[in-house]
Amino acid sequence: MRSAQEDIFAAEEDTQKGKFLTFMMGKAEYGIEIRYVTEIIGGIQSITEVPEVPIYIKGIINLRGKIIPVMDINLRFNKEARQYNDRTCIIVVDINDLSVGLIVDNVTEVLNINDEEIVDPPDGRAGFHQKYIHKIGKVGDAVKLLLDCEKLLGSEEYTRLSEIA
Amino acid sequence: MDHFKEVSIKLSDSKREPMLDMFIFETLNQLEHLEQSLISSEKSSNLDASINEIFRIMHTIKGSAAMMLFDNIASLAHAAEDLFHYLREHPGIGIDHPALTDLVLECVDFIKNEVAFIDSEEESGSNPQSLIEKTSDYLAALKGRQSEEQAPPATSPESEKALFYISSSERGPQPEGGPRYEAVIHFSESCQMENVRAFLIVHNLKEIAGNIKFYPDDIADSDASIELIRSEGFYISFNSPHSQEYLDSFFQRSACVDHFQLSPAPPESEIDRGSPRGCRPERPGPAAATIPPAPERFDSPSPSIHQSMINVSVSKLDRLMDLVAELVIVQAMVTQNPELEGLNLDNFYKEARQLKKITNDLQDTAMALRMVSLANTFQKMNRLVRDMSHKIQKKVKLELVGADTEVDKNVIEQISDPLMHLVRNSLDHGLETPEERLTAGKSPEGHLSIEAKNFGGDVWIEVKDDGRGLDKYKILARAQEHGLTDKSEAELSEKEIFSFIFLPGFSTRDGVTQFSGRGVGMDVVIRNIQAIGGSVLIDSIPGQGTTISLKIPLTLAIIDGMTIQVGRNRYTIPINSIREAFQITEDELVCDPDGHEMIFIRGKCHPLLRLYQLYHVHPAARNINDGIVLQLEHNGETICLLADSLLGEQQVVIKPLPNYIKLQNSNIKGISGCTLLGDGSISLILDVSSLLKL
Repeated sequence: MRSAQEDIFAAEEDTQKGKFLTFMMGKAEYGIEIRYVTEIIGGIQSITEVPEVPIYIKGIINLRGKIIPVMDINLRFNKEARQYNDRTCIIVVDINDLSVGLIVDNVTEVLNINDEEIVDPPDGRAGFHQKYIHKIGKVGDAVKLLLDCEKLLGSEEYTRLSEIA
Repeated sequence: MDHFKEVSIKLSDSKREPMLDMFIFETLNQLEHLEQSLISSEKSSNLDASINEIFRIMHTIKGSAAMMLFDNIASLAHAAEDLFHYLREHPGIGIDHPALTDLVLECVDFIKNEVAFIDSEEESGSNPQSLIEKTSDYLAALKGRQSEEQAPPATSPESEKALFYISSSERGPQPEGGPRYEAVIHFSESCQMENVRAFLIVHNLKEIAGNIKFYPDDIADSDASIELIRSEGFYISFNSPHSQEYLDSFFQRSACVDHFQLSPAPPESEIDRGSPRGCRPERPGPAAATIPPAPERFDSPSPSIHQSMINVSVSKLDRLMDLVAELVIVQAMVTQNPELEGLNLDNFYKEARQLKKITNDLQDTAMALRMVSLANTFQKMNRLVRDMSHKIQKKVKLELVGADTEVDKNVIEQISDPLMHLVRNSLDHGLETPEERLTAGKSPEGHLSIEAKNFGGDVWIEVKDDGRGLDKYKILARAQEHGLTDKSEAELSEKEIFSFIFLPGFSTRDGVTQFSGRGVGMDVVIRNIQAIGGSVLIDSIPGQGTTISLKIPLTLAIIDGMTIQVGRNRYTIPINSIREAFQITEDELVCDPDGHEMIFIRGKCHPLLRLYQLYHVHPAARNINDGIVLQLEHNGETICLLADSLLGEQQVVIKPLPNYIKLQNSNIKGISGCTLLGDGSISLILDVSSLLKL
């Protein structure tokens, strides 16, 4: 028999399962699993630049006394930097005990995507940022690119870059 | 040097049994205590006062080790306890102080070592047997000397055991002699069956006392006696050869005793339950082998200080400090909120000032919680000096001044090793042998003093000896030999020459001794001290002695910093590394062919570092005329830094960079951490020593 606590925990897991926070990056819509998301900060507050880190790490911000790094998703995907505007948001995610803010163009909604609507991305070539997309979700006619958060925070990119440099 | 290594106590975040943590913590505390009293009593050549204490500590350690099933410790402590029990029973027996002290210290070291292994969760593999034998041989030798005077009393290991645990019935004849005592015992209210408890006491007492009389006398077979014992207490009188202290502790150990009065009585006094002398309520002692140490009841030359204290895990203090720091920032954010501008808010500002005052007080208090006195660190030096001076045949008088000076806990951990190396070095290299001293016209006994004092925002620790002093020619010659410098004597200042001794592998000594001469050590000193933001100064007069001063920041968590602006970014520089700030013009700038810029200040040349170039930010002041130059210094080296503007001086709480940043680049040059400023923005803390290495 399961304890009441385990039941509640399982129920919470359940309510989060299949839910994705979606956001726009340019014309494409992306989604990340809601269980990673701790909060969304509307607008860009002042970012303190930190030297000698990969270019996509814009710096650090003060989130109610907690200092967290912020990453520009556009730059992470090796796309061109975009001007931030009043719709730019920071999604704070907590992945393997690392808190990181993700700068995105704007947050759209929280979506339920059933397992059967989620498919693997096409193999091979495709996009530059292929490796950060681990699944593709279909919602009606629209397609959401589902991000692999752990890969997003991985640093193999930087170590490779620094080896070259 | 292994046994000098400090055993780190993991007070927090430990996944293992709290009992084990408690055992390690308490045992180490007790041993430290023991060492101190041993050494102070050796100094005064009067061991008598410490005998009780050592006995008690060994007893406690034995008990708790036995409970935790650490047999090595328990059996050794047991042997030591036997020895001291005997010494206690035979005051005035001639003992060889240094030999005894050596023996006990050896035991202490063994137990410390064992505890260290327990702490690191390893098997020690060492065997206490030889040490136990040595201890019992020593005891046997003492007994041998005494044997013609009287038969050995009940101090053999078997009987000792029987005393402290459940009594065995096969006992020798009851001890009959000794003065008569009377005692009135009150049991704790909740204990029930007082008659049985009383009977047990009488039964146990038979082993150490004779001619026992008690009242009520029908305890074994009448329940009516329970009421009487409850209301009047249990009266008992007996003859015992043991000391009153011993009997005191016997009653303390007995089950359910709430308090008791024990006093010497005239022999064969009639039963009289009135007027007890020397009422001394004692804590109720749940009968177990782990009895907390009884309060001090003798005057040792340096009385141990017992304060009411609690042990708090360091992580909780860190958390508190974090919270207070956040509170201070939020407080500033609220009271300096831009939305308040232009409003007429007299009362608001009045209350805000009050809030600020309280938060400041809170911050000070939270800081004070982390402060620990240097006393323990200093006491360890006592031991070190004692051991070394015996072995290297030098006479040394150690003077400790200002041991009550307090520094942050993290700092303490960092200075213990450096201090040890300095003391070792002074004893081995600095101080001369008694003969040499006499020839030099000094007293044969060397003088070594360790002094701590608060000075400005720092703590200074001076290790001073009156030995031969540093030989600057020898040091220089050795430095040249090792290829450390190619400069001649004229080119180097005395301080520069002296600082060679801090280089790794440097030793002017021809032979390696057990304690120093290998050239490791002094570089540890400078490394550890620099790691906590301190510095080391050497001063020496040939023939008169050497003084090495450690300058140590009070705390690592908070620094006084000057915040500067470069572009949109802010950087904070520890104020004690800023020499001056000034503005210069383009033509004061010198450029070498490689493009390195330099500034001449009062005839000295200093390299210029443009922070915006280093960190690739867009500055407001690209032109040196527009910005401000700060001259920074660390350990004699200087560098000039170009900033846009100075934002002001304030105390900042050092926070580490987020883990994710560290994963990306664990060692960002020139940056040691970050901090939150009053307006909520983040400033990066510059590390001057690493800027100098760029």
